Amino acid sequence: MDKATKSLLIDPLLDKNPISIQVLGICSALAVTTQLKTALVMSVALTVVVAFSNLSISLLRNKIPGSIRIITQLAVIASLVIVADQILQAYMFDVAKQLSVFTGLIITNCIVMGRAEAYAMANPPGRSFLDGIANGLGYSVILIYAAVIRELFGSGKLLGFVILPKFDAATGEGWYTPNGLMLLSPAAFILIGVFIWVQRGLAPKLQEKA
Amino acid sequence: MEFSNRYIVLFTIVVSLVCAFGVSSMAVALKEPQAVNRELDRKANVLRVAGLLPPGEKLTKERSDELFKDIVEKVIDRTTGEVLEGVDPRSVNPFPDSKDPSKSDPVPSAYRLTQVAGMPKRLLIYEVNAPGHECLILPIWGNGLWSTLFGYLAVAKDASRTLGITYYQHAETPGLGGEVDSVGFKKQFSDGKQLYDEAGRPLISVVKAGTSVDDKKHFQVDGLSGATITGNGVHAMLQLWLSEHGYGKYLQARRTNGT
Repeated sequence: MDKATKSLLIDPLLDKNPISIQVLGICSALAVTTQLKTALVMSVALTVVVAFSNLSISLLRNKIPGSIRIITQLAVIASLVIVADQILQAYMFDVAKQLSVFTGLIITNCIVMGRAEAYAMANPPGRSFLDGIANGLGYSVILIYAAVIRELFGSGKLLGFVILPKFDAATGEGWYTPNGLMLLSPAAFILIGVFIWVQRGLAPKLQEKA
Repeated sequence: MEFSNRYIVLFTIVVSLVCAFGVSSMAVALKEPQAVNRELDRKANVLRVAGLLPPGEKLTKERSDELFKDIVEKVIDRTTGEVLEGVDPRSVNPFPDSKDPSKSDPVPSAYRLTQVAGMPKRLLIYEVNAPGHECLILPIWGNGLWSTLFGYLAVAKDASRTLGITYYQHAETPGLGGEVDSVGFKKQFSDGKQLYDEAGRPLISVVKAGTSVDDKKHFQVDGLSGATITGNGVHAMLQLWLSEHGYGKYLQARRTNGT
């Protein structure tokens, strides 16, 4: 693998992470991270959508008239998202119900359109596809980080399995009192904020000049 | 690169057609499994409130068919309380009907808190005949704090007391109003709360958390602390659906027949 491809795949995971560095796609990151399962499904859905939207936009890039390029990107992205939503409803109904409107809202996720406009419009299909996968994974890293902490401390579980047994006053079993804050959206804000802070603290080159 | 207007228009049309074709063929191809899922989901909720399906257990198609052998769906004329024989339950959709003025009646202003659009003329209930789980299951809905709560109320066949409640769809605050779905809150209903007083008025009420008194425990439900408005919503919705404007007439008949 040459150096350019490597950086194409690695950079979006940390140094150019779409959430922690570019601060895009925050709203869905807040909404779907109360459980690891929904976060994982959302990550896969977004990665697939952004990869294929990059691929299709890149294939069309020399054919798309500049004056209508944004709406063309949107049409392609919207179609892919609807297809992803339909597949979830058909084969993963429980998760689709929990994700509710957020699968549909991938359409408005800035990461998808951001990559289409910034990368796929100017690069060949193969590389655009990889760029989409890498950015989807970058988004997934943050979602999984937030979801693991929120589900573990908010409900004492991971993927639905009990890790910290909940204290039950009636029977005296268990010892853990769940932290309700973790289940509310502000917890995701705080966790992502801490991530951004730690990441920039460790790598001062990432800090923006004030 | 310059493009002519003609090219731009043609390009738009082609892109739209390709996208539309892709989306619609996918929707048609997946219609079947989606409908099966929705139906299974509805049945799973009915079975859960009847106590036939332990919480957390996944329902398969075969298991649902087997369990539903003991469940009869009935269509009820809300205004008379009579069972409409010969009407296909599949053709009755109370919730969409409630928004259609031709198929529903206005909600009396006393129940405005529930924000129910209208009371559908035809209601759907489930009669469970499974041994040890005999009950009637009534679909209910109404407003909480943020959202409409959709649920099922299970009552004894003589309409004397509640046997359970479940809310399968709502968007209340997790940890506060969202606790309507918690084991503790639901248990109060499965313990059996008296539905009507001597005069046949709805008696069951949701009170401020922790304030139900001993001699009224047989009809008072402790609300949720930190979720007063959700609790008020549950109270209002029970009052509405149990009143003569809801299932009242039908349940009254069951009460007098004692069946």
